[in-house]
This record gives sequence, C-alpha cells and structure tokens, in this order.
Amino acid sequence: MDKLIIGGTELYSRLFIGTGKYSSNEILPKVIKSSKTQVVTVALRRVDLSNKEENILSFIDEDCILLPNTSGARTAEEAVRIARLARIVGCGNWIKIEIISDNKYLLPDNKETIKATKILANEGFVVLPYMNPDLMDSKRMVEVGAAAVMPLGAPIGSNRGIRTEEMIRILIDEIDVPIIVDAGIGKPSDAILAMEMGADAVLVNTALATAGDPILMGEAFCQAVDAGRKAYISKVGPKRINGEASSPLTGFLR
Amino acid sequence: MNFYQKVQEFDNFDFDKFFGNVTNERIESILMEDRMNEEDFLSLLSPNSEKYIEEMAQKAHNISLRHFGRTVLLYTPMYLSNFCVNKCLYCGYNIENKIRRKKLTLEEVEEEGKAIYEMGYRHILILTGESRKHNPVSYIKDCVGILKKYFSSIAIEIYPLEEYEYRELICCGVDSLTLYQEVYNEEVYKKVHVAGPKSNYRYRLDAPERAAKAKIHSISIGALLGLEDWRKEAFFTGIHGKYIEKNYPDVELTLSTPRIRPHAGSFEYVREVTDKNIVQAILAYKLFLHRAGINITTRERAEFRDNLIPSGVTKMSASVSTEVGGHSNKEKGEEQFKIDDNRSLYEVRNSIKFKGYNPILKDWESI
Repeated sequence: MDKLIIGGTELYSRLFIGTGKYSSNEILPKVIKSSKTQVVTVALRRVDLSNKEENILSFIDEDCILLPNTSGARTAEEAVRIARLARIVGCGNWIKIEIISDNKYLLPDNKETIKATKILANEGFVVLPYMNPDLMDSKRMVEVGAAAVMPLGAPIGSNRGIRTEEMIRILIDEIDVPIIVDAGIGKPSDAILAMEMGADAVLVNTALATAGDPILMGEAFCQAVDAGRKAYISKVGPKRINGEASSPLTGFLR
Repeated sequence: MNFYQKVQEFDNFDFDKFFGNVTNERIESILMEDRMNEEDFLSLLSPNSEKYIEEMAQKAHNISLRHFGRTVLLYTPMYLSNFCVNKCLYCGYNIENKIRRKKLTLEEVEEEGKAIYEMGYRHILILTGESRKHNPVSYIKDCVGILKKYFSSIAIEIYPLEEYEYRELICCGVDSLTLYQEVYNEEVYKKVHVAGPKSNYRYRLDAPERAAKAKIHSISIGALLGLEDWRKEAFFTGIHGKYIEKNYPDVELTLSTPRIRPHAGSFEYVREVTDKNIVQAILAYKLFLHRAGINITTRERAEFRDNLIPSGVTKMSASVSTEVGGHSNKEKGEEQFKIDDNRSLYEVRNSIKFKGYNPILKDWESI
C-alpha cells in the first residue's frame, strides 16, 4: 500500500495547502473541499483569536490537520516562541518552521531552522522545517528530529516551478523522512513534476490563492498530485537520446 | 556608502536631460525584464513613460499578486498629541498656527484605544507632533504599554529618535515605523522646514536606518509629493527603499505616496501632482521593489483609492480622524490636515471586497 505517514499520522492526501493571499476567507473551505487536502498551514501571527468573523481557523474544516507555521520569525528563538504559542492556543502539535531574515527573496535560514527543529522536536512537536534544499542540512534536520523536510522549489510566491530540481532529487534519494516540496509550485504541471520525481507531497499556496478560480484550480492540483504520484509508483520509463522503434529491425536476433 | 552620500551623488545630475532621452524603445525593453536597476526605475518615472501606464499597471498587478495575493491590510491612525515645536510651512501643527493644542492623558489613550479596538482594528498607527518637552519618549512608551493590551501591531509616526530610543520602544511593543522624509531635495527641505529640530535634514534622513539597526520589523517611507518635482522625489524614495532593503534585508518595507493636502496655515506654493502622477509613482515603486508594500492613505479620494487597489496597494487606513482624541473624545485637538475619504471601516471593507480583494485586520503580532 502507498501510504504517507508523518508524525505517526497516516495521510490520504499528498497535497498540503496554505491559507494566505485569498480574496476572501469564505472561499477557503471550498478550496479545501475541491483540492481534497488534509493538511492546511496557517501563519500564527495572522490568526485573530479575538474576532470569530476574522479568525481564519474558523474557516478550516475540523477534519483537517492544522499545520501552524512560524512565518515572520527571523531567528530560531522567535520560531520556538511562536510554536509554543500555537500549541497553547489549540493549534495542535504539528509545526512548520519558517525562519526568514531576508525579505527580498524570502529564502529560509537553514542554520537557525536546524536549531529550532532540535528544540521543538525535543518538546514533542511534529516538526516540518521549510528549508533551502541542502543535503547536509537536511541530514542535520532529520538527526535532530524533523518529521519531514520541506525543501523549496523556488522562492515563496515566485510561481517559478521546481528550479531546485537536482537538489531535491538528491534529497529524495538520500533522506529517509518524507520530502514535501514547498514554494515555487506555480501550476499543476510543476506539482506533477515534483511528484513524478518521488517527492512525498507538495505544499501549494500562491498558485491556488491567486488563480482566477481557486476552487477549480484546487481540483486541478488534486488531480495533478495524484497523477504524479501514480506515475512515480508505476515507474516512468527511462529517457533515451534516440527514438526507439516499437518493431525493431533486428528483433529476430533476440 | 551611507544614504546621505548616495543622495549627494545626484547633486549635479541633470534629471530633465535624462528624462528627455528616455525613448519608447528603452521603456519597452525595461518592461520586458523582471528586475530593474536605478536607471530603469528613473526611466519609468519619466514623462514619456506615462504612455505605458497600462502596461506598467498590468506588470505591477502580477508582481503584487505573487507577493501579497488579493489582500489589503486595514489600520487606523490615533493622534496622541498635536503639540509641536517645528515651523514647517506645509503643516497644520506649525508652532505659529493658532490651533487648539491637546495631548491625551493616559486615561484618554485607553479610552481612545478601546474605541478603535471595538471598531475591529488590530493594527494601529500612533502619531504625535514634534515636542520632546510635551511628548517625550517616556510618554510614548506609556501609551504603547496601554495600547499593547488591545492591538497586535503598533506603528509609530513621531519625531526621529536615536537608535537606543527605537530599541526601547521596540522592547515596549512597537513593531513598525512610519517616517516620511517629506522632501529629499535638501535645499527645498531647508526652505519649508524653517525652524525647529525638524530642520535637521540629515538627522531625519538617517532615522529609518537607525530604527532598522534597532531591529524594527517594518518601515514605511515616502516623500510628501507636491513640495518639489514629484518625479525626482519618487526616485529618491525608491532608492532609499532599495538602500534599506539591501542593507537591512530583515526589514519589511512599505512605500507611501502622500500628496500635500489643505491645512491650517499659510503655505501657498504647492507643485501640482495629478492622479495619473500618483499612479505612475506607485507602479514604478512596485516594478523596482517587488517585495515592498504600498500604503495609500485617506488623503486620497475614496473612489481613487478603490481604483488603485489592483495596482499593488497592500495597506490602507480607514475611519481616519487626524484630530487628537478624534475617535472617542468630545474635547478634541485640532486636525493636522483635511482628509478626503471619510468612510467607516465597514464601508471601506465592503469596497475592498467589491474589488475582489480580502480586507484583513491582522497580519502581524510580535510574539
């Protein structure tokens, strides 16, 4: 059976989605439904617990696993504080670590991320670090307790596709925890590529939130992730430089 | 190189000659690229680029969509005190203007804060005139202490401070700084800031950098358009933003395009800045600094503000009172300037929704 297990939880969907950038909160439950996602990430800093109408959490289906993220953290210390607060306010014990001190490219700081992963994994969190796809850093994250690693395909919000393809391939081959490609996935074909390569899941936000019809795009991503996964399992045939005739001329020699 | 040296580099630069040489081909080739340098940015501010305003808008819209999505953050200003020792020709708080002066007591700050919180706001901008005697840093700290109970984000728009003072305010709960240079042209600056501490051009120019060194989360800069040729002023605002972005990449940057408004006082001479000019400035900012937010205040008309949203506006103020105690008090201090969009939060939110955007009240909290 083809199962994805993270932090002891078995997931049937390999599509994770974000909650930022949507034109309204009301559209979110519909995208959750059409994309059949099971894991939804939320920036804790943006959650307004004092205002029910504004609270993004009240638009997320209770069956979904909430993946609060530490967006806005510039250091490990800040990320740890945000994660602890997320748990206190009832967001569960999954946490996506996002530590960025560069507002121009929004590239994650692997060194600080490793530090935060260690502390939070020790405190019993299911830690999913967002990271620059570096093999040694991924190993360090796994060593200190990451439940999965989330390498970027391209900078957040860039919709540029899987630009770090070769690095991610290496992680897929070498890292024993699930690889979730996060950031850069701009269209369903990018998601297919990631899944065909053998990524365990993808996280999509901007491409969904800013689509002309996010609900239909949710469906498209759902199918893309599914297609990519099936292609990976069924093993895509090898690439060849030359064409290969289906009825070879020298077939009689075999 | 510090930013003052950077500004000085342009002392003898012939902007008009540069603008005169910006050809259609040049603009078209800039618009084909994703990233642009200072020269490209200045070209987009040229009179000739006006012809390409729709192409610029389409590009700016796509950039903004990628980085900010369909969201607009709403906040409201709260005036703490209009005591001011400066003599600035364009401002209603000018020390020589005979206006009602008022400073909120801490009880009034609480009352005003509560009134704003109950409207639904979670982001607040607090303002004072420049008077260290009437509005010392200790007073601002006390106010922040009270407002922290109600607001997830507190921004300050006050006189420029020393780095250690910014650090103290950040410790108390301030996360954002709004500080407009007003005018980057040093000569004009000296002409309109006749007396008072604000007449120190350099001290104001370097203030955002001091706040960045003190590790503030976000900084909003801008020039008060209308005091000098807006094209040059927009250029300096943009390169100031670039300077901050390059040297302090952890700071979240916002650019604003305040246009001079009628006020109590005597300043007659204002250079015209049209709606089209404001749009061109906003679009050029967006194309030059992809990650910078754009703030559009109630100095502008409601309809104009709404129309600007898809071009990359990320922040708007609403239910604004520029009077001290204007949200709750009966005994108010006089306003700083007249506003042009008097809509309530409810009305502004509905207009944003009507444009297909999500009006949000909270996107930050110091944790």
